[in-house]
Amino acid sequence: MENRPLEYDYTVAKMFMLTTILLGIVGMSIGVFIAFELAFPGLNTVFGEGLAEYTNFSRLRPLHTDAVAYGFTISGIFATWFYVGQRVLKVSMAESKFLMFVGKLQFWLYVVGVAAAVVSLFLGYSTSKEYAEFEWPIDIAIVVIWVLWGVSIFGLIGIRREKSLYISVWYYIAAFLGVAMLYLFNNMEVPTMLATSPAGESAIGDWLHSVSMYAGTNDALVQWWFGHNAVAFLFTVPIIAMIYYFLPKESGQAIYSYKLSLLSFWGLMFVYLWAGGHHLLYSTVPDWMQTMGSIFSVILILPSWGSAINMLLTMKGEWQQVAASPLIKFMVLGSTFYMFSTLEGPIQAIKSVNAIAHFTDWIVGHVHDGVLGWVGFMIMAALYHMSPRVFKREIYSKSLMAAQFWIQTLGVVLYFTSMWIAGITQGMMWRAHDEFGNLAYSFIDTVTVLHPYYAIRGVGGLLYLVGFFMFAYNIYKTMTAGRAVEESELANKSPMGA
Amino acid sequence: MFHWLEKHPFFFAVGVFVTIAFAGLIEILPNFAEASRPVIGTKPYSTLELAGRNVYIKNSCNACHSQLIRPFKAETDRYGHYSLSGEYAYDRPFLWGSKRTGPDLMRVGNYRTTDWHENHMKDPEAVVPGSIMPAYPWMFTNKADIDTAYAEQLTVAQFFSVPYNKPVPMKDGSTEIVKMGNSVAEAHALALEEAKAVAADMKDQDVKDAVARGEIPEIVALIAYLNSLK
Repeated sequence: MENRPLEYDYTVAKMFMLTTILLGIVGMSIGVFIAFELAFPGLNTVFGEGLAEYTNFSRLRPLHTDAVAYGFTISGIFATWFYVGQRVLKVSMAESKFLMFVGKLQFWLYVVGVAAAVVSLFLGYSTSKEYAEFEWPIDIAIVVIWVLWGVSIFGLIGIRREKSLYISVWYYIAAFLGVAMLYLFNNMEVPTMLATSPAGESAIGDWLHSVSMYAGTNDALVQWWFGHNAVAFLFTVPIIAMIYYFLPKESGQAIYSYKLSLLSFWGLMFVYLWAGGHHLLYSTVPDWMQTMGSIFSVILILPSWGSAINMLLTMKGEWQQVAASPLIKFMVLGSTFYMFSTLEGPIQAIKSVNAIAHFTDWIVGHVHDGVLGWVGFMIMAALYHMSPRVFKREIYSKSLMAAQFWIQTLGVVLYFTSMWIAGITQGMMWRAHDEFGNLAYSFIDTVTVLHPYYAIRGVGGLLYLVGFFMFAYNIYKTMTAGRAVEESELANKSPMGA
Repeated sequence: MFHWLEKHPFFFAVGVFVTIAFAGLIEILPNFAEASRPVIGTKPYSTLELAGRNVYIKNSCNACHSQLIRPFKAETDRYGHYSLSGEYAYDRPFLWGSKRTGPDLMRVGNYRTTDWHENHMKDPEAVVPGSIMPAYPWMFTNKADIDTAYAEQLTVAQFFSVPYNKPVPMKDGSTEIVKMGNSVAEAHALALEEAKAVAADMKDQDVKDAVARGEIPEIVALIAYLNSLK
């Protein structure tokens, strides 16, 4: 009995894999569309003047960022948790009816929440805060979904067989706690229907509307404390959780250094939260906060590179796998992009560099080399690794996977190089003075000059989207037409056992 | 210690939480009260301006336009005096933005007119050749949500003591009072009065007719808001 391998139950993981792919397509398609809207403004009305209110750049931009962050990425995090969690804790979801129920409930609430979020953003309901645009009823739904996830995490931990928590679990716990804290405090708002007029009228106006609990500079400070660390706890921490599990499993290599993982985990936890101030350099928040944000951003290179180097050195002596396996390629390039964007970020956080970079497309480029090259690659790699084990079928096409890798890599490179040039060009033009000390360029000069870069960026995004469709097709064919395979037949040289 | 923590999830979680939480406390709390104090000359938004501000948010104008002038010569030359913390005391939410696809709007009321905005919102390219900003024709027909703006005024007055119907100090030593209605009907009347002043400077006949009928199109509220940014 004791020696029989555990049968893990992937019901909930499968559900979230589906939404990862669907919402990835939605979010990235909108992203490509709005990228081209900037290059070719005629596209704002391409679906007709009547629909332009819902298809123009300004209405779609929050929809793009939220769909990829709260749709694609969060789904990916949940999908991998419901896969990895069971395996590293050596306990099956099937062992607890309660946890299974909570997992399914979490999924269906999530689907309802996503639908409500999409509709409300389309209609223009927004608190305007970046990545926290949702109005208060959706915020409450998000909190409930998040608490349910917490129940899943700690419930599964509670009934675990493996007493020691693996590194990935540290990161999932941190992601859970970090997002909970940040989201709650940043979304403190008062629904306006609570007010009564002196004449005694109450519930006046739109019941969905609310006002922020904080005003002006304080609101900005809380928002970027949230905004920066939402990036930390959505785009970094859970993705590291994934790579710590999937890279050793796929390559059959043990993690290079336990001490390094310890150092980078606690270092990341300690340092990250201080860095939010770098979004507010030269703003009206006190100087010492700006300086702290700047300094801690630079220090952040240490724990970030600690994780990335740990991953790359895990491949020590096995580099031929990078050439042989497209799946390893995704993960190794993912870690490389992680190193790259965690160096780029601190550079942008240096005050004198930020003076040029802030408000420009260089920032947009920075976000995207992180999310496309690191988050996107890692989530797709995770799903590629999970599919044969979850669906008990071999990956449909390895060559399609390899083609996808190169197309998407080209897409990412076009994206960030064009945005670098665009950002630095515009930043320099804004500040240029002529010999008499007058501004050298009017604002529109600094916009029209960006046209070619906006077009190239659109093409880069399109390539990435094409690759994502190849990914979706490959997974779909794996589910329906892949050769049936048992897990024991798959390459599983991992020192971590099951 | 770390090995022990890895076997005790509760204490592990507590450890992580403490490690991530205290940075926020140290960064946000010390300056909180001071940053909430308005500078002299800053007054709360009127009902119509607030309705316009909500139109601005509804259409994510803040996705492309900042409202934060940094203390550089290039910025003060282009946009006016650099931003002061207290100028944002009544901004809930703040609208600094993070990207300048279009120019900063912090003090746009100082150098653009109602007429300019009207033409520009209808067809940006006609006013600024080469502009990549979309047109917003629906703002000329959609009605501004005065009820919600009024509810917002009541909320900030009741929950955050924003000084409506109270004298607010101005830069020249005088005081001004921003009025807030006692009822929904009164709020509408106040907003309409303001809207008439804006519409008088506009050309669009449909908008003028609507205001004459007692309706307030979104564009009128938005322009009232933009004109208030100084």
